[in-house]
Amino acid sequence: MAIRVRERVEFSAYERSYLPEIARGLTVTVGHLVSNLAALIPLDPFRQRRTLEDRTVRYPEERRVYPPRYRGQHRLLPREDGSPRCVACYMCATACPAYCIHIIAAESTDPKIEKYPAAFEIDLLRCVFCGFCVEACPEDAIRMDTGVHTPPFDARDDAVLGRVDLMSLLGRPGTEPAYGAQNYREKKPRGS
Amino acid sequence: MFLLIATLLKFIFFGLVFAIGLAAVLTWMERRQSAYSQDRLGPTRAHFFKIGGKPFTLFGLLHIAADGASMFFKEPVTPKNADKFLFKIAPLIGWTTALVTLALIPFGPSLPSSVFPASWIPEGVETIYLQMAHVDSGILIVLAIGSLGVYGAAIGGWASNNRFALLGGLRATAQSVSYEVALGLTLVGILMAYGSTELGSIVESQNGLLFGFLPAWGLFIQPLGAVLFFIAATAETKRTPFDMPEGESEIIGYFLEYSSMQFGLFMLGEFLEIVVLGALFTTLFLGGWQFPHLIGTDSVSVFGLFTWNGPVAVAVSGTLVFCVKTFFVCSLQLQLRWTLPRFRYDQVMRLGWKTLLPLALINIFVTAGLIWWDPTLSILSYVSIGIILLFVLVVIAGPRRPPQVAHGH
Ligand code: SF4
Ligand code: SF4
Repeated sequence: MAIRVRERVEFSAYERSYLPEIARGLTVTVGHLVSNLAALIPLDPFRQRRTLEDRTVRYPEERRVYPPRYRGQHRLLPREDGSPRCVACYMCATACPAYCIHIIAAESTDPKIEKYPAAFEIDLLRCVFCGFCVEACPEDAIRMDTGVHTPPFDARDDAVLGRVDLMSLLGRPGTEPAYGAQNYREKKPRGS
Repeated sequence: MFLLIATLLKFIFFGLVFAIGLAAVLTWMERRQSAYSQDRLGPTRAHFFKIGGKPFTLFGLLHIAADGASMFFKEPVTPKNADKFLFKIAPLIGWTTALVTLALIPFGPSLPSSVFPASWIPEGVETIYLQMAHVDSGILIVLAIGSLGVYGAAIGGWASNNRFALLGGLRATAQSVSYEVALGLTLVGILMAYGSTELGSIVESQNGLLFGFLPAWGLFIQPLGAVLFFIAATAETKRTPFDMPEGESEIIGYFLEYSSMQFGLFMLGEFLEIVVLGALFTTLFLGGWQFPHLIGTDSVSVFGLFTWNGPVAVAVSGTLVFCVKTFFVCSLQLQLRWTLPRFRYDQVMRLGWKTLLPLALINIFVTAGLIWWDPTLSILSYVSIGIILLFVLVVIAGPRRPPQVAHGH
């Protein structure tokens, strides 16, 4: 990341007389206007160009497919028995630049597992969707592969998603299956 | 009685149907035209029903109806300590001045009274002007009334008992007063060249051709005056490079406290002012209803393919030509808004006092000198065409800054 000093732009007398530059600016905007209008004419000989109608995604009715790595809403991944994969290590909460993950750890009854999150909350109004939590997690317990963006909220409290909400979301079709942690632990049981 | 009815009809056609109708259409054009010049689609939503699965939006024109309905059914809120009376009448002041100005504008050639049955015409009336008020001091009244228009903004800002609205009103007042000076002075050149203040006869004098092909419009003998007038008038209508009084995106302006249809009146009033400016510019600089090669003195012909004789033909097509020209001037004003960023307030003041005013004065002296040298205006028109060609040359061949290359970070 090289540091670049941008020269302060001095306008020449010609540019400061405004009018020629305004005329040029008008030719640009009018050019767009005219070409878009011309594309509407059915027998336009230049109709190689697509019309605005074709180029526009009309949002609520038509939706763009998000790219595969789109960071959507978070979800917590379950183990095979349905309990959260998260071991309440606080790595994600530490990594989070927005301080929006709140975890309360509790001791797990499973002797092979130390802790589990008694509460796991993400405040989506503070979240900046940076994905650091996903990167930080050693257990692959939190992902942002749901492919949905944050829904609108009526009240601030609704924006705070708890453990149950986070676990109810599914990864979108085609997301890679959960790997690693659980199987790994089965091979090399800890603490026993 | 006949004259009264005629005036009423003229008002209904020109005032109600054309001007207010065009103002309403401009609210749509503002969105559609800006969208098309920015490669967007613009208004596509408002519709009552669907045809073939597609909503029937009439090119988005139904948005005008939707806006109207939404404004009408909202609650008009008057702030608690506002001056109730002034608060109510403020939006109407702009309307009044705009409509009074329209009354003076000739929108078509005058008809000889022989067109009508002789029993209708009162004694001594020989021509029926397509102009609501045929007043000799036309342009002076336009300037006088036009400067009253700012009272709408000033009173609206003051009466709503809100500091920000008051500041907006003050900005509007200062700006209008500053540009009024330049506005008046830019017209002196036209007055000297045509030797009349009556708008109808100014239009009449713009007939004929320059160099055998150019229409002898005000634009071609007063190019600098036309540009300065357009700039000053844009400042008067408080539109984008000069929309400091309103500043809708951040500093908010004089109609801050207005809601519902009261706000709608302000808004439509601004568009009406654009129409008035367009009509005025057409009258003074674009030859009004004149269109050489097309409209003759008593016949209309489209390149010899189609001819239509008689004063009625001239009147009808002249009126049409006037409306089309006005439409294009309005459209240019909208396009300007979507091309230019807004000035800073000190820039607005500097432009008004230090640039427009001296230029307008220079224009007056040079024009006066050239007219004194040659009263037939031909030297004036040579010089003017020279200026226009020079400007076009500068626009095409002037220095260009190399485009700034965006570097990656
Ligand atoms: S995406 Fe970023 S901001 Fe949002 S919870 Fe994860 S770490 Fe925090
Ligand atoms: S980093 Fe992973 S395992 Fe650790 S607390 Fe966060 S979600 Fe749970």
